[in-house]
Amino acid sequence: MDLRPRSHPTYLAFVVHRVSGLLLALFLPLHFWVLGTAITGEARLEGFLRWADNPLVKAAETVLVVLLAAHLAGGLRVLALEFLGWRSRQKDLVAASAGIALLAGLAFLLNVV
Amino acid sequence: MAEPASLKVSVWRGGADGALARFEVPARENQTVLDVVTHIQRELDPSLAYRFACRVGMCGSCAMTVNGRARWTCRTHVRKVVGPDGALELRPLANLPVIRDLAADLTPFFEKWRRARGRFEPREAPDGAVPEDFAVVPPASRARREADAGIECIGCGVCYASCDVVAWNPDYLGPAALNRAWTLVNDVRDGARAERLDAVAGDAGCHSCHSTQSCTERCPKGLDPSSAIAGLKRTLFWDTLFGRR
Amino acid sequence: MSARGQTHLWVVQRVTAMLLAIAVTVHLVTIVIAVRGGLTAAEILARTRGSEGWLAFYCVFALAAGLHGAIGLRAIAAETLGLRGRGADLAWVAIGLLTAAFGIRAAIGLYA
Ligand code: SF4
Ligand code: SF4
Ligand code: FES
Repeated sequence: MDLRPRSHPTYLAFVVHRVSGLLLALFLPLHFWVLGTAITGEARLEGFLRWADNPLVKAAETVLVVLLAAHLAGGLRVLALEFLGWRSRQKDLVAASAGIALLAGLAFLLNVV
Repeated sequence: MAEPASLKVSVWRGGADGALARFEVPARENQTVLDVVTHIQRELDPSLAYRFACRVGMCGSCAMTVNGRARWTCRTHVRKVVGPDGALELRPLANLPVIRDLAADLTPFFEKWRRARGRFEPREAPDGAVPEDFAVVPPASRARREADAGIECIGCGVCYASCDVVAWNPDYLGPAALNRAWTLVNDVRDGARAERLDAVAGDAGCHSCHSTQSCTERCPKGLDPSSAIAGLKRTLFWDTLFGRR
Repeated sequence: MSARGQTHLWVVQRVTAMLLAIAVTVHLVTIVIAVRGGLTAAEILARTRGSEGWLAFYCVFALAAGLHGAIGLRAIAAETLGLRGRGADLAWVAIGLLTAAFGIRAAIGLYA
């Protein structure tokens, strides 16, 4: 694919939105299924949570949280364009930076704990 | 900036399965990309097919793919797009059938314009008769300003060639046709609002647009088809929610 | 599916998006608060057991997320795989509702 015509910030916003959305949508049924199965009693849930303590799962969780935050930020951009009729691209940059700030903040919070 | 004495121009030759041919063109001051193409056709290879008419950015016939991006060539200065080594790559507009060389076939583009009901349909004189009186459209009214924002389209097809959804969904009406429809939805003299909104709804219409804003980014007239499409979506959202359609 | 049906799917996509904008924010804040000092089953269940508020929240959240995800996948499948048509559309709605049902099952587990 030729990237030269696809290098503007709003195109990047679209790609991030699409990729994060795809991964989240694939993860969602798994998430629900595993949780629904784990929550059949406190002991089982506790066992599941202890399994989820291993670093690999923790890393995957952090990725998911970041994907969710990114998809949220991208979604707010789309809703602002569609429903508030934002026109200028400056505002998009504001939304994008807000999203990035949100991401950074969350990643930080998750790291300190 | 020191400019190279000559441009190394690769030009698409042939139909869909053609190839790039190389030409050497002298670099000049204030040279446009269209000047380069004209030089090749007049001095180097008279069989080169391309299209232009006004040369001043009014007719919309000269658009091509220049170094990967769709542009109007008569108003694009070489110095703005050329690589440091004087390289220029010219192809026909993307997302359209190639007739030959740099001439793309715009039939699908204008056919979709028609399908989006891009023609003004006078409310007061459906038979095309001249209305009794002038319509009063206050310049500051919201609808007038929305229509104004999109009215200067020259039908060059640059946005259409830049839109990925057009490539992914052959039925998608595309930014220019939808932009045109939005100007008419906001034209208080027009009588086909409901039919037009029907024509632009769904997967072939505004609802497939992903707000990548490639159209807005590339439109040489500085129009914002992406926002026009958002306007159509907004109108259809409330109409659907309140059962008005 | 008719253009009308497609428009309705899009409206569902945007209405769920608006719900999710709120729900995801709440979810993220809850996650960040809950993981402080480690996650225990007793902590989670103490918050959610017998709480109609959280049950309603998670049920609406699950329904919106299930439908939103499936309609999103529908667009991606249409544009990248060329998977289109009435059969596919019905399948996507079914997948969305099934996903939501899994989520609601989990929400009931947290409540009961
Ligand atoms: S904003 Fe919509 S119409 Fe414009 S290029 Fe992107 S997808 Fe195409
Ligand atoms: S909207 Fe702009 S890019 Fe598209 S056809 Fe009209 S003038 Fe050309
Ligand atoms: S030749 Fe008319 S717009 Fe370029």
